[in-house]
Amino acid sequence: MSQPGPGGSAASVLELRGVSKTYGQEPATVHALAGIDLSVRGGEMVAVMGPSGSGKSTLLTIAGSLEEPTSGEVLVCGMALAGMPRGRRARLRRRVIGYVFQDFNLLPGLTAAENAALPLELDGVAVPKARAAALAALAALGVADRAGWFPDQLSGGERQRVAIARAVVGERRLLLADEPSGALDSVNAGEVMRLLHEACQRGVAAVVVTHDAQLAAWADRIVLLRDGRMTGHTTRPPGPESLLIPREAQ
Amino acid sequence: MSVPHVLLALLSEGPKYGLQLREEFEAGTGEVWPLNVGQVYKTLGRLERDGLAESDGTGQDGREKTGQKRFRITPRGAEALAAWLRTPPDLTSPPRDELVMKVLVAARVPGTDAHEVIQAHRVYLLELMQQWTRLKEGEARDDLSLALVVDAELFRLDAVIRWLDAAEVRLARAAAEPPRPASAAPVPAPQLRRLGARR
Repeated sequence: MSQPGPGGSAASVLELRGVSKTYGQEPATVHALAGIDLSVRGGEMVAVMGPSGSGKSTLLTIAGSLEEPTSGEVLVCGMALAGMPRGRRARLRRRVIGYVFQDFNLLPGLTAAENAALPLELDGVAVPKARAAALAALAALGVADRAGWFPDQLSGGERQRVAIARAVVGERRLLLADEPSGALDSVNAGEVMRLLHEACQRGVAAVVVTHDAQLAAWADRIVLLRDGRMTGHTTRPPGPESLLIPREAQ
Repeated sequence: MSVPHVLLALLSEGPKYGLQLREEFEAGTGEVWPLNVGQVYKTLGRLERDGLAESDGTGQDGREKTGQKRFRITPRGAEALAAWLRTPPDLTSPPRDELVMKVLVAARVPGTDAHEVIQAHRVYLLELMQQWTRLKEGEARDDLSLALVVDAELFRLDAVIRWLDAAEVRLARAAAEPPRPASAAPVPAPQLRRLGARR
């Protein structure tokens, strides 16, 4: 068995071990991912960067159990997804994993609070309890006053805040985000990353796929993919104080 | 960076002492540009000589003491400041960039994997961007000057990473293409204007 990737530990919320994914039949096989090892702990944000076709989105869909690897193991909260009964896997997806998409994917006929409460209601949580959790999540993201508004009444930044609220509502442990800033301007895009980072500081583990270095820089660790292989990663950089004027040097 | 003009900008708010100017200079530039006291007084001396600032400075014993002088901007100084703000900096010639040079050299040195060289620089730049982002997340949240400086640095580093990405694609394409047959007459390469590289 391969070793856990950088940052690996027993407390990993997400662990990929030697994960590979191929599409198609020989000789036209496409190797989307090859031997990926990655561990993400609670409270940690990992950004995955790479050019188009490098396997970023495939990694995310496999981590979110939306797709199965051709080989290798995926563990979420210590539980191996391989061989897990379909119903149990769906429950894990609803309860433990939150998704943030590029185009927000809010349901237009539901208010912000109803959208945020939806994953809990689908999981059988009573409506008043789900609504209370949704309102708490909206408040944490600074959009409590938009609870009764419909998506088309919200600005792009507000929509993405509601989408993040929906992703973290309840007791989610793993947040998976694919280009979460969508078409937002750079200031609002940075704000989205700040909110995701704050969610991590409350204990959630996050994997953010992005092609944007400014957004990836919010992460604790940046992993670089190329042709389905992990080609490098950042190590924890020194603190930001090293960028300021050293007082003793003046 | 133009220290004289930043000092004039600070003096345009009202008369100030040299030490006060140093503190305000550092605070106003997000504390990322150090400035020593000697530099401040030397620059103030030049501004005074050129009629762009003036001082009322005599010490308690009647003798001039630089540290006790209070400086103010003159009308000519205000004009010079306004003109400087609206004059674009000279960006016509490419800067002398060590990273660009390293990638150009890596592509030529036999046995060197240019992609590996690019990757090493990319990882370093990303780590630097992580540091700046931590600064943005913390101290720069309530400090507009620092936030603007941090944004400028993040955009600059981001542009370098994008250039590395483009360079990698170009090198990969060049490696995949068959070598071009030598033409009979050599085509003269276009020359960049020789204005001297910026530093």
